[in-house]
Amino acid sequence: MITAESKPIDEIIEYIRPYRRIILAGCNECVTVCSAGGRKEVGILSSALQMAFMKSGRNLEVKEITLERQCDPEYVEELAPIMDQAEAVVSMACGCGVQEVARRFKHTPVFPAVNTKFMGASERQGVWAERCQGCGECVLAVTGGICPIARCSKRLLNGPCGGSTNGKCEINPETDCAWQLIWDRLKALGLEDRYEEIMEAKDWRTSRDGGPRRIIKEDLA
Amino acid sequence: MEHFEPVIVAFCCHYCAYTAADMAGSMRLTYPPNVKIIRVPCTGKVDTLHILRALQKGADGVFVAGCLEGDCHFKTGNIRAARHVKQAQKVLDEIGIGGERVEMITMSAGMGGGFARTALEFTEKIRALGPNPIKNVVEKQVRAAAGS
Repeated sequence: MITAESKPIDEIIEYIRPYRRIILAGCNECVTVCSAGGRKEVGILSSALQMAFMKSGRNLEVKEITLERQCDPEYVEELAPIMDQAEAVVSMACGCGVQEVARRFKHTPVFPAVNTKFMGASERQGVWAERCQGCGECVLAVTGGICPIARCSKRLLNGPCGGSTNGKCEINPETDCAWQLIWDRLKALGLEDRYEEIMEAKDWRTSRDGGPRRIIKEDLA
Repeated sequence: MEHFEPVIVAFCCHYCAYTAADMAGSMRLTYPPNVKIIRVPCTGKVDTLHILRALQKGADGVFVAGCLEGDCHFKTGNIRAARHVKQAQKVLDEIGIGGERVEMITMSAGMGGGFARTALEFTEKIRALGPNPIKNVVEKQVRAAAGS
């Protein structure tokens, strides 16, 4: 999933200071799962913003709504009937959702309420960790299902480096060395020989180095 | 300020604090009538949102009263509640309402005296803090709604 974290409330208040009526739009997908921008977080932020405005003697009308997915135009369209009630939109979706709302509603300012972080997995309740960088050419088949791009601090294709100590990365004693994990996994699978194969330099054009990316699926487009 | 009577909302667990409040009554103990009790099946169900909404609607203080650590009927509901209270305190500090208006308290069902004492101490603490800074605006809104 795409993970996100709430922005400081002060920052959001600064964005909406000139307005009196806003739509606060959550998203029912990834940001709901990582508790950053679902229905409940919409309620909490709405309360906090209204109280902050009241404290400075002003009223803030907040229309709370949580869309099924803010990254799909079909669902963003649900904002159209209520858009005239608001001077601005505060989106609690990831950056994709914020941009989709901005694209659809050209004359209404849209502000993000969360910082979008990474594509990750849930390690345990309340803890998420980065797992994929969307490099565009997956190498998990040869690394035992553990991604050296997302999980090695140096993105080494042939690791580990000298900074690996007792299975941990030198950047942080809580960060696993991805190449230690890969080696352990290959050993468990009986595929130690695979470790001897040198991986060639990666073609990063499939990643962000090739500019903004698109997918066109011919049978659907 | 002279006649400030704080409004306190107390989310009380059915298995401990609510029963303790009941016991305080049976024991003929007095505690301030400022405390408005909301019975919940477990404090684990009390979310940050419920605490904030209570303050947004004009409460001056909120306490969540759950079971003693290790005694939760649903194992960890009270621990979960303590985290929600902490989150509410963080948000209230950020917006300048003050996190000290919210507190997590634990007690057993037999602590009738403990409940009465907690109610008194918390009420006095909020009285000393003064009214919720948004109270004037809330009251104005209520009056406007009643007049319309």
